[in-house]
Amino acid sequence: MIKKKGQGKRFLQTLLTFLVLIVFAFPFVWMLLASFKTQAQILSTGQLFVFKPTFHNYVAVFKEYDFLKFIWNSFVVAFGSTLLSLILGLPAAYAIARHHLQKLGLLILVARIIPGITFLIPWFILFSKIHLVDTYTALILSHMLVGLPFIIWIMISFFEALPTEIEESALIDGCTHHQVFLRIIMPISGPGVITSSLLSFIFSWNNFMFSIILAGDKTKTLPIAVFNFMSYSEINWGALMAAACIITLPVLLIALVSQRYVVSGLAAGAVKG
Amino acid sequence: MQYSWFNRNLKWIYTLPAVFFVLLMMLFPIIYTVRISFYEWSMSATTPPAWVGLGNYIALFKDERFWHAVGSTFYFTVAALALEVILGVAIALLLSREFKGKNLVKTVFLLPMVATPVAMGLVWMLIYEPTIGVANMMLKSMGLSPLLWLASPNQVIPSLVIVDVWEWTPMIALIIMAGLATLPSDPYEAADVDGASAWTKFVAITLPLLRPTIIVAAMLRLIDVLKTFDIIYATTQGGPNFSSETLNLYGYVQGFQYFKLGSASSLLVVFFMLVMGLTLFMIWMRKRLEGAS
Repeated sequence: MIKKKGQGKRFLQTLLTFLVLIVFAFPFVWMLLASFKTQAQILSTGQLFVFKPTFHNYVAVFKEYDFLKFIWNSFVVAFGSTLLSLILGLPAAYAIARHHLQKLGLLILVARIIPGITFLIPWFILFSKIHLVDTYTALILSHMLVGLPFIIWIMISFFEALPTEIEESALIDGCTHHQVFLRIIMPISGPGVITSSLLSFIFSWNNFMFSIILAGDKTKTLPIAVFNFMSYSEINWGALMAAACIITLPVLLIALVSQRYVVSGLAAGAVKG
Repeated sequence: MQYSWFNRNLKWIYTLPAVFFVLLMMLFPIIYTVRISFYEWSMSATTPPAWVGLGNYIALFKDERFWHAVGSTFYFTVAALALEVILGVAIALLLSREFKGKNLVKTVFLLPMVATPVAMGLVWMLIYEPTIGVANMMLKSMGLSPLLWLASPNQVIPSLVIVDVWEWTPMIALIIMAGLATLPSDPYEAADVDGASAWTKFVAITLPLLRPTIIVAAMLRLIDVLKTFDIIYATTQGGPNFSSETLNLYGYVQGFQYFKLGSASSLLVVFFMLVMGLTLFMIWMRKRLEGAS
């Protein structure tokens, strides 16, 4: 009797797990399927899962729109903002962790709480005045306000968890603090740096609100380009889904390949609270 | 030991660039937004900003569309947050046991939060499409009548809540799973000796022990749900008939579609204070709850 009850419970758990898997994966599957369908196949409700695939949507996205340029723009902005955030953020996080500069840590946290839209009007006015709207500079600076606090926040906990003995013995051996940071701390900080920069890259790649205002024709990033697709009178669903696939693919690949880092990054932001 | 000036001041040299950047990009805009909220200006080069004192704020509090946006913001936030926390805890419990393919499930689970929100918004638009969408096909196959989803003023917020729940429940679940992994095993052993049921164990042991983790997860989520922009703007732009227009969207529309920079700024100042106020309230609540237990 007890065994039977256990089996029933196990069956129910498996069933529920399966359900969870399907629900969370479904929109991705649907996006992928639709990206290989013609407009007629999407509009007809008879060919849901079995249909003759077409690559026309992908060809159209690259031929009719300057999609390579949007990919390049997104990449430059995400890479640039992440790199600059690392350069500013790593030393800052190290100093905050080692010297217990809690007030500065708090300032960084506040940057994560404040709604980004509060900054957008002044940025727009200022960047318009100095002719920075529609430049990589404006986009990188704005995306850094997301990436930098995040990198500092993750790295403070990372540095705090490092044992201080190595640093102390290096100092006794005559290293300066600066040398200790560059030659001893940096080489062993790989996991923390990877985690925080991957997420900073993803946040920038996905950013919509800052880019839609600060990007123009020259620097349009992928989310803005995909969003603009919709403003045509009839929505070309196939091409739209192909574009959605292209924009999500790099982020999903990052998440799949370095799942461990991404999970720890997303959780670390939380555990410290 | 002889220290050079550089090494003596290292902690300031390390922190100042980052602090300077954050202050320049954050503090200056906030002060500017507050200042411009007392003016009327449409970014015109010929007409300078005109001082209106508290005029923008008075107009804002008389504006029905503003109060509607406040209502929508709270409706969306409360519904999404409640569902995400309940489902997040349930899914964390479901996935915390060992089973075949656990890694696959965890990976799939991670994808909604990293996928580009605008792209996902578009995918959900296709799913919700009233005539060709798969959502209505499923309803019909179950013998239910189809819905208008995003196209209906009454259903649009619940539809958007579903998208947000799909996107962010995984984050709550991941945090709760990390919390579950740290729970001690002896209370459960004692409960087993007493012959307690699984439900009793959940209510009497798991839930109280998990409370701090749940509160932290809910707090983090609250801060972000209030600010939800991408999925709403990408799918409805606040429509139909402003029925999904939250404060974040209304501020955006006022500022960048109507170019009423003064009115938009006054709204954003109120929104800013609301988010900060709620966050501080949550921190205070958390301290009190922790102090009490």
